[in-house]
Amino acid sequence: MIPVGFDYERPDSVDGALALLAERGEDAKILAGGHSLLPVMKLRLAAPELVIDIGRIAELRYIRVDGDEVAIGAGTRHHDLEASAEIAAEVPLLGAVARTVGDPQVRHRGTIGGSLAHADPASDLPAAVLALGGTVVLRSPRGERSVPITDFYTGVFSTVMEPDELVVEIRVPRTGTAGWAYEKFTRRANDWAIVGVAVVDGRVGLVNMGQTPLRASATEAALAGGASIDEAAALAAEGTDPPADLAGTKAYRAHLARVLTKRALTTAQG
Amino acid sequence: MSIMGTRVVRTEDPQFLSRGATYTDDLIDERLTGALHLTLVRSPLAHARITAIDVEEARKAPGVAAVITGADIDLPAALLFPGADKNMVRSWLAADKVRFVGEPVVAVLTEEAYQGQDAADLVEIDYDPLPAVIDLRAAATDEVLLFEDAGTNTSNGMGLDDAFDENFFDGCDVVVTKEIVNQRVAAASLETRAASAVWGGDGRLTLWCSTQAAQGAKAEVAGWLGVEADLVHVITPDVGGGFGAKIGADPEFAVVAWLAKHTGRPVRWNETRSENMTGMVQGRAQLQTFTIGGTKDGKVLAYRLDVLQDAGAYPRLGAVLPMFTRMMAPGVYDIPKVESRARILVTNTTSIAAYRGAGRPEATAAIERAMDMFALEIGMDAAEVRRRNLIQPDQFPFTTKGGAPYDSGEYEKALDMVLEASGYTGLRAEQKRRREAGEVVQLGIGVSVFVEITGGGAFSEDASVQVHPDGTVTVLTGTSPHGQGHATAWAMLANEHLGIPIDKITVKHGDTDLIPRGSGTMGSRSLQTGGVAVYKAAGELVELAKQRAADLLEANVDDLEVVEGRVGVKGTDKGVTLAELAGKEELKVDSVFDSGAPTFPFGAHVAVVELDTESGKAVVDKIITVDDAGPVLNPLLCEGQRHGGIAQGISQALLEEVVYDEDGNPLTATFADYGFPSAAELPSFTLLDMATPTHLNPLGVKGIGEAGTIGATPAVQSAVVDAVSHLGVRHIDMPASPLRVWEAIEAARSEGGAPIDTARSTS
Repeated sequence: MIPVGFDYERPDSVDGALALLAERGEDAKILAGGHSLLPVMKLRLAAPELVIDIGRIAELRYIRVDGDEVAIGAGTRHHDLEASAEIAAEVPLLGAVARTVGDPQVRHRGTIGGSLAHADPASDLPAAVLALGGTVVLRSPRGERSVPITDFYTGVFSTVMEPDELVVEIRVPRTGTAGWAYEKFTRRANDWAIVGVAVVDGRVGLVNMGQTPLRASATEAALAGGASIDEAAALAAEGTDPPADLAGTKAYRAHLARVLTKRALTTAQG
Repeated sequence: MSIMGTRVVRTEDPQFLSRGATYTDDLIDERLTGALHLTLVRSPLAHARITAIDVEEARKAPGVAAVITGADIDLPAALLFPGADKNMVRSWLAADKVRFVGEPVVAVLTEEAYQGQDAADLVEIDYDPLPAVIDLRAAATDEVLLFEDAGTNTSNGMGLDDAFDENFFDGCDVVVTKEIVNQRVAAASLETRAASAVWGGDGRLTLWCSTQAAQGAKAEVAGWLGVEADLVHVITPDVGGGFGAKIGADPEFAVVAWLAKHTGRPVRWNETRSENMTGMVQGRAQLQTFTIGGTKDGKVLAYRLDVLQDAGAYPRLGAVLPMFTRMMAPGVYDIPKVESRARILVTNTTSIAAYRGAGRPEATAAIERAMDMFALEIGMDAAEVRRRNLIQPDQFPFTTKGGAPYDSGEYEKALDMVLEASGYTGLRAEQKRRREAGEVVQLGIGVSVFVEITGGGAFSEDASVQVHPDGTVTVLTGTSPHGQGHATAWAMLANEHLGIPIDKITVKHGDTDLIPRGSGTMGSRSLQTGGVAVYKAAGELVELAKQRAADLLEANVDDLEVVEGRVGVKGTDKGVTLAELAGKEELKVDSVFDSGAPTFPFGAHVAVVELDTESGKAVVDKIITVDDAGPVLNPLLCEGQRHGGIAQGISQALLEEVVYDEDGNPLTATFADYGFPSAAELPSFTLLDMATPTHLNPLGVKGIGEAGTIGATPAVQSAVVDAVSHLGVRHIDMPASPLRVWEAIEAARSEGGAPIDTARSTS
């Protein structure tokens, strides 16, 4: 379990990280918490020539209310979200979802930027940000751009990010007391979700129901059209093409999506 | 004052919890200075011919000292299990053919450990893929052979020569038959396999390795290398778990030793977790067909068990384990007619060997599923059916129709205890309420009553007890602790006779020069053999000390007593300490205890699961257990064994399974994919105590190491099925994953709620 040799840089600023990316972005990988990157490097499924460790860049680690939104630094740890009073008051879904990620060790290392950029459809936070209708802020030496999360993902482990871009911030609307819930279904407490459903304010994000995190559009439309929870939840798997693996067949995942959506919507309704 | 039976805290723990253990890979020993590090290139294919191996690029990589292929090794391929077909031999490094993913093909030796994988990646091996044999029924057809020379995939058989009796179930009102899977599981010890080897100027091999049996490892490695056993010195440092998978030596150990000889340098090897999940032997892996018949009022009259055992690619200990499965087939029940057979087959998978319970859990799982399905068929409570068939206390010693000589037992009492403590009647009432209300979360109640065989592998064990002139004591044992706590327990046993505090007693094990004879720790044998041997040796040492003190004190031996390490004349202040006696002449006793027969611990478990019928997920809410292994030496250690066993038992029922795809690719080769449990998946355990002694040793003790695994697995599996049996489900194979439970419910619904699958009635 020894990775292929690599160079290692630990810039202390975003500008420093961007300079390294500009120079060697094609051959580099960003290391934040490391819980996704390091295992694949040890298994030699990934062999970046350069690892840029942004884990200690202080300017990336913040949570602040900014107008109608909450701005979260990409280096914010899952535990920070769990423990944040601002998150609890303004976007309680996000704190609750963060609390379900891995175990305490993982949550003290893993970051929201890393989770979103890694683009694992089985991750919890991307679907939550999707349900929230958030925005990913990317920066490169060429400047900064904001990408709605709905446009961010292009496939399994892939996003619209250019090799010289870094996730610097995630912006989510302040939902306040709007109804929310997260239903994560696992066999073991520390597992990735077999299926997860994040609900907030009538929007539904699905974990592990396709190549990317998805919105349950048919469910959302039905709800908007006045359908009951049962009717709307029955549509949760519409248009999805979930993976089949040891934990679940496509049919089982579709079923779970319906069951969990019903439960999440019921909880969110209060 | 005796400390036997008290909760003496483990003397091992301060070091484990502070400085840490010294595992094989942690060793700092001058004999290993300048050691080369071994990295093995393993087969990525389950079944293939090797057409070319190119190691030239690898040889040029930084730090490479040697790259060795099978053609370089001048040792004959070995039959790893003597009872297997003699053609089913394993090469030390595969040269012509690979038979499972993970089989070693090329050995790369580097100056530094980190250089190994880089060099290994440069080895080029061309394979010509062959169809993989994964399914046991496919293996049995012999259409694709693993070993052409054998002409069959059957390694060996048990009871195959006699056909089953056609009239076996005559007279039964009800007969139920079912094929069930006792799935393959990984031992997944936290310390992976490791070995280090060096040859001395005297021509002797010193081999440090992670094993449960140093003496067994020595004999195996010497045999494999073709050298006299006296030329092999095995040392076992701390061992981080084994669960049966580290019994004796692994073929890789011989490779390490051969490479050390070949290069003239010490060689170290410590496998990765990924290697461990395909390279280390695995357990269970039986396809069982049971048939049970009896009367409508619940008396079982006949039971048949037909076993297909997966041996993996190269038969090892797994090829003999069905012997225990057959022996224990009828379990705790007095069944008039029992017949069984087993066919052991090779497949393109990791070899099967012992895993916590090793052959007995498979027997228990089958008979307990059979009792449940029989109960459902006749419409009787599962606990009641069991009660009506239990062997009664006045029937012991009792030899079963499986041929097992049960020593002692009180099964009904154990059943009653767990039923009462679980509030069984109330649980059934709550279950009825939820069923009638059609609630989403249903209650499942599983009952198992079990008996197992412990100390069944080797009945004899050596021990040596020596008192030193400074008052300290050294105990040598042939058992080989790897988490059990022998340093504490054996010191307690020596203390019982010597009266010397346990902090002055050192227990040594696992060095074959120091302790040439021993059978190690496996099969829940240690206390009843090795522990009793220590107890016996200490007792004999006291008698020896009294003889010597009698002369010294001019007293009659009968007037002497040993109190707190001092031989005194009763009623006087005259005396001499054991230490003083040791100062005059070596005070040491070597002893052997031979039980002559195995013991049969037993127990009963009730598992209660909450099962979400919408998602299929079952969560164990309670588990209430009696695990009776006779008198308890140290409740703390005993409970630890029970806890670990129950955890692994629950885990087999709900979580763990080694899975291959049809091409033989392992799908569960990391801890992310393999269902290793954590505390979060387990409830608090309720442990009830019963202590029925055996007559087979002076302490009356039986083995406890595997009991929890054997009792918990069927109880939990039964509880899951019970939670959905009102929906028409009759059986769910392990692990009862949410997916499987949901599919079972869906299948039952599509059948209109009628009993599904294979349950059939002849009435």
